[in-house]
Amino acid sequence: MDKARIRVKWKPDFWFWTTLAITLVLILFLVYPLITLFVRAFQSSTGEFTLANFEKFFTHAYYMRGLYNAMFIGVVVTVFSIIIGAPMAYLMAMYRFKGQRMLDILIIIALLSPPFIGAYSWILLLGRNGFISNMLKVVGIKLPSIYGIPGIIFVLILRFYPYVYIYMKGALQKIDASLIEAAESMGCGPVKKLFTVVLPLILPTILAAAIMVFMSAIGDFGTIMVLGEGAQVLSTMVYKEYINEVGGNSNFASAISLIMGIMTLVFLFAQNYVINKRSYTMNALKPIRKSNFSKGMGILAYAAVYAIIIISMIPHVTILVTSFLPVEGKMFRAGFSLASYQTVFSMLGRPIKNTFVYCFIAIVVIVIVSMLVAYASVRKPNALTHFINGVTMVPYILPGAVLGLTLLISFNRDPLVLIGTSTIIIIALIIRRLPYTLRSATAIMYQLSPSVDEAAISLGCGPVRTFFKVTARLMLPGVFSGAILSWVTILNELSASFMLYNSKTITMSVTVYQYVARTEFGTAAALASILTLTTIISLIIFYTMSGDREMSL
Amino acid sequence: MEIRAEHVVKIYEDAPTPTIPDLSLTIKDGELFTLLGPSGCGKTTLLRIFAGFNTLEGGEFYFDDRPMSSVPPQKRNIGMVFQNYAIFPHLNVRENVEFGLKMRKTPADEMKRRVDEILKTCKIEEYADRLPDRLSGGQQQRIALARAIVINPGVLLMDEPLSNLDAKLRIEMRTTVRELQKQVGITTVYVTHDQEEALSISDRIAVMKLGVIQQINNPMDIYLRPYNTFVASFIGFSNLFYGTVESVEGKTVKLNDDCILTIPELVDDVVAGQRVIVSMRPNEFTYAEKGLGMRVISSTFLGQNMCYKVEFIDSEALELEDENEIDEPMNYLQRRLADNEVVHIIPMADKVNVFTEDGEQSLIKGVTRNG
Repeated sequence: MDKARIRVKWKPDFWFWTTLAITLVLILFLVYPLITLFVRAFQSSTGEFTLANFEKFFTHAYYMRGLYNAMFIGVVVTVFSIIIGAPMAYLMAMYRFKGQRMLDILIIIALLSPPFIGAYSWILLLGRNGFISNMLKVVGIKLPSIYGIPGIIFVLILRFYPYVYIYMKGALQKIDASLIEAAESMGCGPVKKLFTVVLPLILPTILAAAIMVFMSAIGDFGTIMVLGEGAQVLSTMVYKEYINEVGGNSNFASAISLIMGIMTLVFLFAQNYVINKRSYTMNALKPIRKSNFSKGMGILAYAAVYAIIIISMIPHVTILVTSFLPVEGKMFRAGFSLASYQTVFSMLGRPIKNTFVYCFIAIVVIVIVSMLVAYASVRKPNALTHFINGVTMVPYILPGAVLGLTLLISFNRDPLVLIGTSTIIIIALIIRRLPYTLRSATAIMYQLSPSVDEAAISLGCGPVRTFFKVTARLMLPGVFSGAILSWVTILNELSASFMLYNSKTITMSVTVYQYVARTEFGTAAALASILTLTTIISLIIFYTMSGDREMSL
Repeated sequence: MEIRAEHVVKIYEDAPTPTIPDLSLTIKDGELFTLLGPSGCGKTTLLRIFAGFNTLEGGEFYFDDRPMSSVPPQKRNIGMVFQNYAIFPHLNVRENVEFGLKMRKTPADEMKRRVDEILKTCKIEEYADRLPDRLSGGQQQRIALARAIVINPGVLLMDEPLSNLDAKLRIEMRTTVRELQKQVGITTVYVTHDQEEALSISDRIAVMKLGVIQQINNPMDIYLRPYNTFVASFIGFSNLFYGTVESVEGKTVKLNDDCILTIPELVDDVVAGQRVIVSMRPNEFTYAEKGLGMRVISSTFLGQNMCYKVEFIDSEALELEDENEIDEPMNYLQRRLADNEVVHIIPMADKVNVFTEDGEQSLIKGVTRNG
């Protein structure tokens, strides 16, 4: 050892500069706004430290009601989503099902459609002047109201059970058939097998799905704005308080946001704690072979699954149909007309153009950043990549309205005024939907053998060139499955853009909401149909291009 | 190209001790040099230092007197063959082989000529236009070999290239690698943990343990005259016994009262009464009336020979891997010994090796660490 010189020869390389740049951007647009939010929550309107905002929240029945409503909606929606989604996933994973591929796509469409479209079409069907309500009124049946908490819960269950379905089906497909066969060989019957082998193995997945549903439900904005009729939850309160607060320093809205943020964090940590304690890595060498239904069970299963999927598709069909109805005043008439579309294309060119331009820029940035970060964090992990991976998880769970508010209060004054620009909307979209693509890019990166890079380097290709020429090329298929999710959810993003838009930067989903609020349903339906159609076409392109690859959530 | 490593040190931050504390060696121009050792011995680490994928924390190494540690890997002009082949899955066979030449901006006609030639040499010309994922492991390894050789590298580095192949293909590819290497005459560093592979393929072998070279020599001398007990038991199997030097002039070593061996090659600087270790390969013995008593625990028929697990009962045998064993070639076998049967053997004095009591050093004339 004496002769050995210990050399320290670290010098910043391409990856250091890249991750440093990304870190700085994230600090500016994510960390700094979160800190601002935190500070504002503890400030009075004159800027002094105070707990008054929290005192106001916890002492007024009105706000506590909002908290209670959010929790109640969250719990009930989660429970029912599992009750519906889990058995469906089990049936579809264990048995041969006709039309499985189509059903899968329909379920994903149900999940990924614009957030309030469900709410709005159920109003068309079951509202006070709804199509079905009117029909039933003739026969003398009065349906429970679709407005208020029960209606919200109904609509949110239909929207979020696909999370449970998709997560759980993925997990079931990773169980090795020999585990089940081993259980059977030891005399374990079908029911016992389910409870002693299958369920324990996928329990972490169910929990992950449950927390996903819960957080989506309490963060939901559009459905509650449309159906709430006075019923408030935390996310809508954030918006209303922000609008109402005089002086525009938004301290109280910040306090509510902070409470929401802390709530989601607590649940996330709880979930991680439970999952890390009992998570199994499985990768089925021999996937479970699907069996055939016995006759009686088959009929029941088909009836149940198709019924649920048909109900989930009703809103989309309703919207498509009503978009082609002639409108008189604010009422639909029977017949066929393209008038709504004419209105859309003559008056609403801007939101359509905005949506596609913003989404396109956002997805390109997301894909590039995700690939760079994934490569750096798998191959050259350092403090910066750990930081990036940590903070980008925040927008994954943070309600959109809260994220929107953080940007709003951070960039509405000197030195950096971005409010009202398209930049801030695009930044919000990128930050909010980056995690999907980043996760799938990181997952694929772990599967790529470093020796392929090394082979290229040893053949004379420099490291950075190797990334662009070889590694990035090999990452693409995996990145694609996350990118499609980012893309579709960007298209339909409402809650953050709702906080940030103005008449110049308005997007399609915000416009749909505005028209629904003004009860101009025809125009809303036409615009929503365009949005849904774009979503469906994107998904179809994904499935055709990726062959059998599953969508990763 | 000659490779010379001088006092190379490798330290991983999370490891308590240096992975390679201080290693020097010289690999001659054109030879196939194998780094052999159990996992964790630092053989792959050293290879990756040569390749430039690992930093070194001390010392230096030279390709023909040119210090290389600060040359980036893409400029070292090396060919590397990986355990998992590392074929570019998005490129077809020809494009894979062309990759390095393209990086060197080789003119198209010359590139075509060289690629055609190497595809033919490696017997993969018929797959030139196919994507690699449909090809077998053996074929993929031939692509990897062709891709590494076609750039005329100064040094060919091979990291356990055959360990993912099945047994039969492995033996076939051994010959291919050996023949190709001799044909091209390229200095090759070959890493393996498979001692049989190392013995069959190498010009010289470096046996490594915990980052330290235990012995460098040609395969036959490594096997017949190991430098220490680690090499004796890592390469092939050895039964080890404690013994005592009886007479320095008579070169006798006593294992027990009935077994005193006269070892002609014993070094002169031993002292009477010195404790030593004697190692005996499983087939280096003769049966005797008196000698080392042993009880048969079990016997396994292996085709060409019979292998007995045994327990030595009246001598100080060191137990390695639970049991000692002896082999008897089938063509000499009189009868199969029964389990629990007790027989006596005498090790062949001209074949056995003698080591210091700590097993660190050979006491046979002319056996050194660096061959």
